[in-house]
Amino acid sequence: MSQATKRPPGRGLSSRSDDVFRTVIIGLSLVIALIFILSIYQLATVSWPTLSTFGLDFYTGRTWDPVNDVYGAFSMIIGTLVTSLIALAISVPLAIASALFIAEYSPKWLAGPVGYLIELLAAVPSVVYGLWALVVIAPKLAEWQLTYFTDPAKLETYSACQELWLQGTSSFQCFFVPSAADGRGLALATLILTVMILPYTASVARDVINLVPRDQREAMYALGATKWEVISKAVLPYARAGIMGGVLLALGRALGETLAVAMVIGDSQAPLTSLWQNFSTMASVIANQFGDAQQELHRSSVLALGLTLFFMSVIVNVLARIVIKRLTPEGIK
Amino acid sequence: MTPILVAKDVDIFYGDFHAIKKVSLNAEIGTVNALIGPSGCGKTTFLRSLNRMHDLTPGARVEGTIQVDGQDIYGPGVDPVAMRRRIGMVFQKPNPFPTMSVLDNTVAGLKLAGVRDKNQLMAVAERSLRGAALWDEVKDRLHMPGMGLSGGQQQRLCIARALAVEPDVLLMDEPTSALDPASTAKIEELMSELKKVTTILIVTHNMQQAARISDTCSVFLNGDMIEHGPTEQIFQHPQDKRTEDYVSGRFG
Repeated sequence: MSQATKRPPGRGLSSRSDDVFRTVIIGLSLVIALIFILSIYQLATVSWPTLSTFGLDFYTGRTWDPVNDVYGAFSMIIGTLVTSLIALAISVPLAIASALFIAEYSPKWLAGPVGYLIELLAAVPSVVYGLWALVVIAPKLAEWQLTYFTDPAKLETYSACQELWLQGTSSFQCFFVPSAADGRGLALATLILTVMILPYTASVARDVINLVPRDQREAMYALGATKWEVISKAVLPYARAGIMGGVLLALGRALGETLAVAMVIGDSQAPLTSLWQNFSTMASVIANQFGDAQQELHRSSVLALGLTLFFMSVIVNVLARIVIKRLTPEGIK
Repeated sequence: MTPILVAKDVDIFYGDFHAIKKVSLNAEIGTVNALIGPSGCGKTTFLRSLNRMHDLTPGARVEGTIQVDGQDIYGPGVDPVAMRRRIGMVFQKPNPFPTMSVLDNTVAGLKLAGVRDKNQLMAVAERSLRGAALWDEVKDRLHMPGMGLSGGQQQRLCIARALAVEPDVLLMDEPTSALDPASTAKIEELMSELKKVTTILIVTHNMQQAARISDTCSVFLNGDMIEHGPTEQIFQHPQDKRTEDYVSGRFG
């Protein structure tokens, strides 16, 4: 570079360095594409024994039994979707509310620290969330769950539900009855996911709300709008595509979150009968079983979960792009 | 003639900065009143005090009295939200709501006021769009996004949006500064029609525009109103030397 600047600027020289630069850039970007394609290829190769043995049954089968070498991923797929979607449903309103507080309501001196604290939530390592859930939250949940075994009236409910559960079914009421008193399980995993994904939606939402032009707000005020009407009719509609982007970012994060969920969800592949039961997600099974998976089919099945998760993330990303494009109003692209 | 808007001894502060100093101004019903002056002279600041927009700026403070149709808009117990419905505003850049159709943009203020009746909304939309000389251009695409219109059409849409709530006073903050000459001419043409239904206060940088469209002119300089009077007088026989210098293009 320094050599080039010493020489008198010549057309030939600069266009040659452009060529070099272009080649390097194309090369580097091809490497990224290549890594993507290779990882799909590798995952597909190692998943092949499972996919060829079980075919579509791998996705619809409800039995995951390493002892008898039968693998069906239906429960984990459900686990991934249920934990992610419930966590999303709880965290999105909280995240938008906190973003609105920071951007619209809080005094300036408070907005910075609160926004920073929310962003810090994203910086906490997964394993710390997992430990916090196990050490702090799980005992509290267990205390409450224990009442289902000590309080006679609740025990009756529990016993009734247990009969259903043993047959592998449930009812609406029983779905919310705890199946054991150890605090761990699907609900705890969902709760921890809710906290973990909140900062993604919140900070994206805060940023896009701050980007809404002042004259959009003022136009609504000038028509005789209250503050809430300005927010609901001018600010949020203008920012909706960006907020949706934050929501889908959080969803992507929730689908793939591994360690914290693996620590608290209980690694059970039993059918889903209660929100409080031990369960598993695709990612948690990979984390919990990969090390022990010595038989070829078991290992291959665990990796097939990885492939499935990979495609699920790609699909979420594609959907995100479509949704954001459709939500973006004309003129502010 | 009765003044619809009476501003008396208005002072505006941003924190410690004294932006407007003891400005008094009367606007008669059905007139176009131009506020002119060099950049930073406070004309926009003054305009924005007339519908309490400064309430939204932390640290801004307005003193003095401003009456619209006899009511002190800064008086105790006055709800700024209800008050703003009577005072329309058109901004420097066209700012239709991007997620709303042409129709929804036009009647946005009416919907805020709680009007739900489809026929009434449609009737008001047509009247307002005709009032803004936009109806013929958009009547076939009322349900298309307001942002799909050209810049000049967007600004007329914003004028229609302000007209829809039948304001006593219409404030315009350099409404043509972001538009091309043809669109500017259309909006200037529109002014003479608009003043039949409302009273206009317009901030403009463009002295020819002020001369063409206004009935009275107020000249601002460094937060003072140095001269106020019929437009003809301001441009032909200015009383103040500084006005003469400004309107003849010697500064600003």
